[in-house]
Amino acid sequence: MSFEQLLQYLLSGVTNGSIYAIVAIGFNIIYNTTGIINFAQGEFLMLGGMTAISLSPYVPLPLAILIAVIITAMVGAVVDFLIIRRLKKPTVLNMVIVTIGLSIIIREIALHLWDEKVRSLPYFTGNEVTSINILGAYISPQVLWVLGVSAVIVIFLGVFFKFTLTGRSMRACASNITAARLCGINTRNMVTISFMLSAAIGALAGCVISPITQTQYDCGTSLAIKGFAVAILGGLGNSTGAIIGGITIGLLEAFSISVLPLAYKDAIAISILLIILFLRPSGLLGKKEAVELKEF
Amino acid sequence: MSFKKFCIALMCVSLIPGAFSCKKQAGETIKIGAIFSVTGPASFLGAPEAKTAEMMVEEINDKGGIDGKMLKLIVKDSAGDPAKAISFAKQLIEEDKVFAIIGPSTSGETMKIKAICEEGKTILVSCAAAEVIVNPVAKYVFKSPQKDSDAVQSIYNVMKKKGIKSIGIVSSNDGYGTAGKDQLEKLAKKNGIQILISEVYDKKATDLTGVLTKLKAKNVQAVINWSIVPAQSIIAKNMKQLNMDVPLFQSHGFGNIKYVKEAGEAAEGIIFPCGRLLIAEDLPENHPQKAVLMKYKKNYESEYGEDASTFGGHAYDSLMILVEGIKRGGADKEKARGAIENMKGFAGTGGIFNFSPADHNGLDINAFEMLTVKGGKFVKYEDK
Repeated sequence: MSFEQLLQYLLSGVTNGSIYAIVAIGFNIIYNTTGIINFAQGEFLMLGGMTAISLSPYVPLPLAILIAVIITAMVGAVVDFLIIRRLKKPTVLNMVIVTIGLSIIIREIALHLWDEKVRSLPYFTGNEVTSINILGAYISPQVLWVLGVSAVIVIFLGVFFKFTLTGRSMRACASNITAARLCGINTRNMVTISFMLSAAIGALAGCVISPITQTQYDCGTSLAIKGFAVAILGGLGNSTGAIIGGITIGLLEAFSISVLPLAYKDAIAISILLIILFLRPSGLLGKKEAVELKEF
Repeated sequence: MSFKKFCIALMCVSLIPGAFSCKKQAGETIKIGAIFSVTGPASFLGAPEAKTAEMMVEEINDKGGIDGKMLKLIVKDSAGDPAKAISFAKQLIEEDKVFAIIGPSTSGETMKIKAICEEGKTILVSCAAAEVIVNPVAKYVFKSPQKDSDAVQSIYNVMKKKGIKSIGIVSSNDGYGTAGKDQLEKLAKKNGIQILISEVYDKKATDLTGVLTKLKAKNVQAVINWSIVPAQSIIAKNMKQLNMDVPLFQSHGFGNIKYVKEAGEAAEGIIFPCGRLLIAEDLPENHPQKAVLMKYKKNYESEYGEDASTFGGHAYDSLMILVEGIKRGGADKEKARGAIENMKGFAGTGGIFNFSPADHNGLDINAFEMLTVKGGKFVKYEDK
């Protein structure tokens, strides 16, 4: 294999990997506050993408994305107010099942609000045929946008969870909800904030990847499955882990394509994911002790 | 007579006209089942098909039905899922007792219900393309879209003129993709074309740069993509992004202007075989399909405010072939089936249909025209 080809597979892996990573990050936020997996995360991406696409003919692109992010965050808040808060027994299993139900409802609503057609946002830089030459390999500028936005989100979340009072309160809720409440943290509001934050980040992700993956009412599910696998691989709750996990899976897929038929791509990626999890059940960057304390 | 008995008697009497009117209505309507993937990954096919069928049934009923018999269309959304198609087909045949079924939209679904319709002695006019639907011939199963093998041959003809000898194929992992891939591989040798690489991608694939890198490394002279899913636009974009400057050929599944819009500038120069609907305006006035195409296109576009696609055209053909069969054979399943089987020279959107007991598709290679994309529009492909 020539150097250009090697680089091209590498870039292809990074493209897919960065998409997986940005989805995985959304899972981590709600997990960090509530200890549950929000299976409607993929639908937040779809909502963000679809809203921005609907707005983009009328307002400039950055504004359309901003409004889409705000609207989706509102949807996140409404979901928490109407459903999650009202659960009589908010056990992990109950909440997980509720989020699965939610994902189906949001998908059906989107089907009726919009329709079954595929849409996409315009490329942020250049257009469909623009490509950047990196040492003989080619890449769409949109991939750089995805990577850049993922990096900004990771840094933002790192700072937010480590250094702000709200972020730290949210982490406290995840470690021990009773202790957090005893310390005077309003745990219910923290859950609301976490839903809003993950919906907002999901929406932003949905917008950045839309030119590459295209957006359809049911595109959330398949994205969420990969994102979920990546979140586990990287260590649930760890955003840097999500990026490393995402790029790892992306690269594994890309290089499996280079030697084996494309059809085996997912099988290879998932098998290696399983092997890693047998060896390191807490994921690549997850802490073993922390995992033992969690319910899920 | 006690009050209770009187009430019962009253109820019975009141039911009689109802019973009569029911019976009368049943004699005057012909129930037609339709299985389309209105939602899901094949919604590009199913949605325009369902809209077309509804529009045409309304039009026929407004004009007094077929010999005074009204049509009743029962549309089921299979979401592209063969399992759902199976249960809908059973439901339509056994519970609704339909006269015939049009659809399903995809080849995979059609193959699953082929035997069910055959056993239920119910006419099926499929809107899916794969050749296996009518080869081997099943007595009650017809299809309206053109043959895969003719599409493949049309592509190879262009390749031969362009001097393309070694190609790479990518196809989706659904019924349509698999059937097309088989035909491409089968006919390659006869046409002196060498397939250097043939890859299958997931029908929900969102990025294909990896597999295209592999094709690029093999130095293919052209790429053929065979699918009906949105990946058709993605592949065009990814090829440009990878700076691959070989021609891209697509199947007749590309016949929807929305795919062109999604691919934007990357769609320019894609070559694909297609029915004449997309270039109806450019056909000469004396072309036998001109009137049918223009009328369908105008009606569809004014009714739904969106561009007509060849897929909606397949539903038009399936329904109109069936209607023509009923007109000629009468509202009797066996006679209508026989009438369809012997129908000749029927001008539809997909071509001029000439059915025979051995050919339940009725179209030949002349049904195809090679098209290309120029300035975001479909135009006839001219050899350079």
